[in-house]
Amino acid sequence: MNGRLDRLRGPVPSRPHDARAIAALAANPGCARRALLDAAGVDKDRTARHLGFPAPFGQSQFAITRGNSFETVVKENGCAELLRLLRELLKLPVAEVGYQDVESVGAHLRHSHTRALVDRAAREDGPAVFYDHPLLSLRIAGHVCYLEPDVVAFQVEGRFHIVEIKSFSVIDGQAEPRKVAAAARQAAVYVLALRALLADLGHAEERVSHEVVLVCPENFANQPTAALVDVRRQLAVLRRQLTRLTRVDTLLDGLPEGLTFDLAPGQDGVPTRPAGEVAEALSRVPARYAPDCLSTCDMCMFCRDEARESGATDLLGRQVRDELGGVSSVAEALGLAEGTLEPAEGQEEIARLLRLAERLREECLR
Amino acid sequence: MSALTALARLRAIRDGVAQPITTVRHCHVAPQPMVFVPLALSGEAAAPLAAMIGTDPGHPRLLVVPQPRNRDLRFAFTAELAEVVLPYVEGFRKDTETVERRGGEPYERCLEAPQILVPNRQGAAFVGLLGRSTRFRRIDGPYPVHPSVPLLGRWLTYFADRSQQPGSCLLMAATEALGLHWATGQSGLEDANLATLVSWIDPPAGMTGAQAALEAEDPLLWPPAGPVTDPGFDNEVLAPAVHAYEEAPTEHSVERIAQALRTQLDPTWRLMWRAVELLRALPEGTRVRERWETDRGSFTRFTERLAEGGPPQARRDGAVGAAARLAGLERARASYDVQRAYDDPLVMAEYRLTGEAFAGTVTAADPEHTEGEGRSRKLRPLVTVTTADPVRQAPGTVVGSPDRRGHAAEIVEISGDEGVEAVEVVLKIVKGMGRGKSPTPGSVPEIGERVTYTSLTDDFQSSAALPDPELTPWTHGGPPQEYVPSDEDAQEEWS
Repeated sequence: MNGRLDRLRGPVPSRPHDARAIAALAANPGCARRALLDAAGVDKDRTARHLGFPAPFGQSQFAITRGNSFETVVKENGCAELLRLLRELLKLPVAEVGYQDVESVGAHLRHSHTRALVDRAAREDGPAVFYDHPLLSLRIAGHVCYLEPDVVAFQVEGRFHIVEIKSFSVIDGQAEPRKVAAAARQAAVYVLALRALLADLGHAEERVSHEVVLVCPENFANQPTAALVDVRRQLAVLRRQLTRLTRVDTLLDGLPEGLTFDLAPGQDGVPTRPAGEVAEALSRVPARYAPDCLSTCDMCMFCRDEARESGATDLLGRQVRDELGGVSSVAEALGLAEGTLEPAEGQEEIARLLRLAERLREECLR
Repeated sequence: MSALTALARLRAIRDGVAQPITTVRHCHVAPQPMVFVPLALSGEAAAPLAAMIGTDPGHPRLLVVPQPRNRDLRFAFTAELAEVVLPYVEGFRKDTETVERRGGEPYERCLEAPQILVPNRQGAAFVGLLGRSTRFRRIDGPYPVHPSVPLLGRWLTYFADRSQQPGSCLLMAATEALGLHWATGQSGLEDANLATLVSWIDPPAGMTGAQAALEAEDPLLWPPAGPVTDPGFDNEVLAPAVHAYEEAPTEHSVERIAQALRTQLDPTWRLMWRAVELLRALPEGTRVRERWETDRGSFTRFTERLAEGGPPQARRDGAVGAAARLAGLERARASYDVQRAYDDPLVMAEYRLTGEAFAGTVTAADPEHTEGEGRSRKLRPLVTVTTADPVRQAPGTVVGSPDRRGHAAEIVEISGDEGVEAVEVVLKIVKGMGRGKSPTPGSVPEIGERVTYTSLTDDFQSSAALPDPELTPWTHGGPPQEYVPSDEDAQEEWS
């Protein structure tokens, strides 16, 4: 299978997953295109650019600077500040704490190093330890993905906590709900991965707490504050969505043998393959576009354009689709409303509602 | 979202232009609103970067913070902002009217009130954050600020709080005001972009809304409406300009930053005034005035609170305060929804679609019908309405009508089968026909008249019974400590 995935990607290194990508994938488990591109490690951002549909993402260097400087404050001196916060938050009399930067070993060793460290911590009743930059793995759609969390795992008395450092502010105990939700979704991916690791090593997975520690700047200053976020709901959603993902081998089965998303980069790294050909290859794998993709997926503009061309009601979002009782095409829904289209079996109810809506609109706007 | 709005969105896709979802305007547009387009530094909680503000479309005032990480420069910015906002807001204090109340003391109410328009919801949230970061400042002590700064903070906090109130128009987000009246061919998520929203509603000549919206997504042509700036602009234009200012804080380097920020603000400034024009062009709904009166009343009370020297708004509500606020918001929401339906047949149509309202023609009437004998004999006119709408109300339901104020009827009988033939609804009028032997002329619908009835009513709802804050039960933390702004509040870091 890996050979097929390599062929799909072409002769370039595979892009690693991050928790954001997995959270996004879990948010839209029906999207075969995203599942396959991610499994093959295709550089979606580059692909979208080459197709002429760059994603509207970008990060301001001001935001990056702020994020980095905040992280430095939190992690300074072997996470001294973080320890203070955790002592208060978890009400633990931790006198000392060890600090292990897993990044200190070579990239190829990081995962096994993480494994060994976690195993030792779970076996021995050793002192509290911070693990910075652990490398975790998670099986997604029958395919192992490596995660490089920008987080710290904290182990005390054999119990693990995921610590997520974010640079959005908590003002008077309140933060922007959207950002907290996104952080919780990402943290849930790490909790799941760490639990999988413990289970694999033969330990009880409950030793990873479902309460993650979210560290954010307090009010308008750069001083950190910490809060526990219960991610049980996110974990349940993530688990369910991941099992719903079609297995990658099933996705591959339906595809032509020679299919590839290779951009054929030349000596200078500039893609040489005609964009039309790449678009044609991509169109072989169905996407499920939703407006939420606009904030999570690099391919969003390409898929939106495709949805627009085909006149799909997906364009308008789930709410509208629900109102339309699942009628998937704009022309079909309008046809039913205007009575130019006979409802198919099972569509009688929605057709009646749409015709009534049409009559009411006509009457009021006359 | 209703099937009606969903249908309008589909139409918008096919016709290439946004479709109306109301027949009247449901928000107040002041004769002289103040447009405020704030920009914040990316990644910071509430670091103002720039703002374009004013009441004259031709003469905006541009305020700039050349180095947003510098605390003094930020407070200088807020002091400048106060110079623009405070005279505008306080200008409405002078002219008042006396309002008589049934069973209460008459009170004074300002004849007009300020209206601040921001581009989007995040803009309104930023107003709140700016208020939060300035209202506790002190004019003396370790980090003194100009006296106008804490006052501005209290006003901004007031406006941001008030914008949570459904139907309030003191602080409005343009995208929300427009989205209330038009359905576009894009998703609700994309409607939060003012440039694409306006493009759908009012595309330039020779372009469809869809094409114009696509073009409007280009941040080089239409910079984001803030408060967050375009990352490309941050990295390529702003960062070098701020760096140059740090190297040499000259007038020239400030001007360079101001020019750069002007390019980001100007397009949005023009869009805001186009939004105002688009809204003004709609006829105003009947009950918009009533709601604006409530806004004026609220504004007047806040000016009085400031005049009495009350403390700045607390960081958090106490238990009783929070419960009261929530109950107030719920009541306002319910009343606002009903008022819009009563003002607008197209909004009422959503309730007709779900069977909570019906419209039809009067096919029979017995205006002199009475019930009871002797002294308890009461006038109860009967009316039969024939409708093609699905009626999902049970006999005995009391319904009101947008056609007549103070009118109420009870459903007596529903006959006929919806979908197969028209439904006949027999109604008994129970309110609003006078006390005489025969009904007041015009109070009973006549044969052939088109009428609408609905079970939605905007009856007066008394406020929730809550204890005084001093009597907060222990289950809710007991009586809260009285909020006294502390030195800590005033010296809070703002880096």
